Amino acid sequence: MVGIIGYGVHVPLRRITVEEIARVWKKDGKKISNAIGVKEKAVGAFDEDACTLAVEASRKALETAGISGEKIGAIFVGSESHPYAVKPTASIVGDAIQASPEYMAADLEFACKAGTAGMQMCMGLVKSGMIEYGLAIGTDTAQGRPNDALEFTAGSGAGAIIIGGKQEEIIAEIDETYSYTTDTPDFWRRQQAEFPQHGGRFTGEPAYFKHVLGAVKGLLAKTKMNPNDFDYAVFHQPNGKFPKQIAKMLGIEEKRVLQGLLTPMIGNTYSGSSIVGLGSVLDIAKPGEKILMASYGSGAGSDAFALTVTENIREKRAKVPVLEMIKEKEYIDYTEYAKHRKKIKTM
Amino acid sequence: MPHSALPLQWRRYPERYYLKGNYCENCKQSFFPARTVCPNCRRKGKLVEKSMPHSGKIVSWTELFVGPFGFEQETPYFLAIVELENGAKALSQIVDSDAKKIKIGAKVKKVFRKISDIDPEGPIAYGYKFKVVG
Repeated sequence: MVGIIGYGVHVPLRRITVEEIARVWKKDGKKISNAIGVKEKAVGAFDEDACTLAVEASRKALETAGISGEKIGAIFVGSESHPYAVKPTASIVGDAIQASPEYMAADLEFACKAGTAGMQMCMGLVKSGMIEYGLAIGTDTAQGRPNDALEFTAGSGAGAIIIGGKQEEIIAEIDETYSYTTDTPDFWRRQQAEFPQHGGRFTGEPAYFKHVLGAVKGLLAKTKMNPNDFDYAVFHQPNGKFPKQIAKMLGIEEKRVLQGLLTPMIGNTYSGSSIVGLGSVLDIAKPGEKILMASYGSGAGSDAFALTVTENIREKRAKVPVLEMIKEKEYIDYTEYAKHRKKIKTM
Repeated sequence: MPHSALPLQWRRYPERYYLKGNYCENCKQSFFPARTVCPNCRRKGKLVEKSMPHSGKIVSWTELFVGPFGFEQETPYFLAIVELENGAKALSQIVDSDAKKIKIGAKVKKVFRKISDIDPEGPIAYGYKFKVVG
């Protein structure tokens, strides 16, 4: 038996609206906001990065799990905005949560899905008995080039999941996982480049939709389940529209997607995206309910999970639900946004 | 580029990451940052390592408009003396807080932030700052 024993989500305080970004570039903000289904995005402050968000999310995950950091046997941090090109984020997170030095650690990168890849690695390690608990984190302070379509959605946030194997601790059992991966160049960032580039519309059909559908259909075949056997569905959410579209394609009612759809309020948190959505679902899911989760990472791949919520969830929910936490916010204008995200080049 | 302060920075990680200070078993007082000698008991003191609580209240604060080297771009920002729940005091930046709520007696909790990142090719220093809660 393997499953989630704790979860934590952290979203920074600041927000910028799509309309404010559009104002600077003389675009129609209302039209764009409506077209992408995003009202505003969360912005990490100048002193926040993927690492600080990961630490905050991990501390919350340890709190819901009710274990101390020294029990963690593996830490995997998935991000495409690791603060260092060489030097792990995972070891900083480990020290900050007071993990003992006796843990394995690595930074992962697979565009927006490295966090769920970390979950699968922890599952394997827990199932094989190599570790007792594993911590998988998806975190990003996503980069969007000024005046690029991505600038409207590239947000900041992190989700942390602790995987364990003890029945009495598991709040959501992972019944099955299935991954679908091909070489698809829809989005990338070269080694020294500051901002990623993307293939525009090419990021849709042959990329997001093909891979998420591939993973979900594979998972359904493996588990012999139907899409509507799940009470909630959480998909990677690059914008507010794609998750609803994929639900429609799979025949899943839209209401099952909404609890885990955070992008309209906080933007695309990249590696954090699907895990943040899962956190929001775990805030309210009842014992016995089933959750479908499918991440997506450009390049490209998707990890799908079938989860069943257990009785233990009643005792181990986050102190502050995700939807409550994101209500604490401070709006900033584009100038402050440029300052905080270090887009002013003379600074 | 050499970073001569690296060992000094690294030795302070426990203090900066999870508020490790110390405690005198003789006079029962906690200290943050850790003291090498108990200021109350001197040679009779018996100091042991101890992690401090992560919340407390503001006992004094100020707003800085001219920052020292490395903090010039962060102005204006708030600095406060925070009395932790065990009585130890920490000097810290106050972030993510409405200026109107930063006052003596305000409850605060620790957050993990970058505390210095001035050289784009150099090491990043992480540590504690506090934010007002409620």
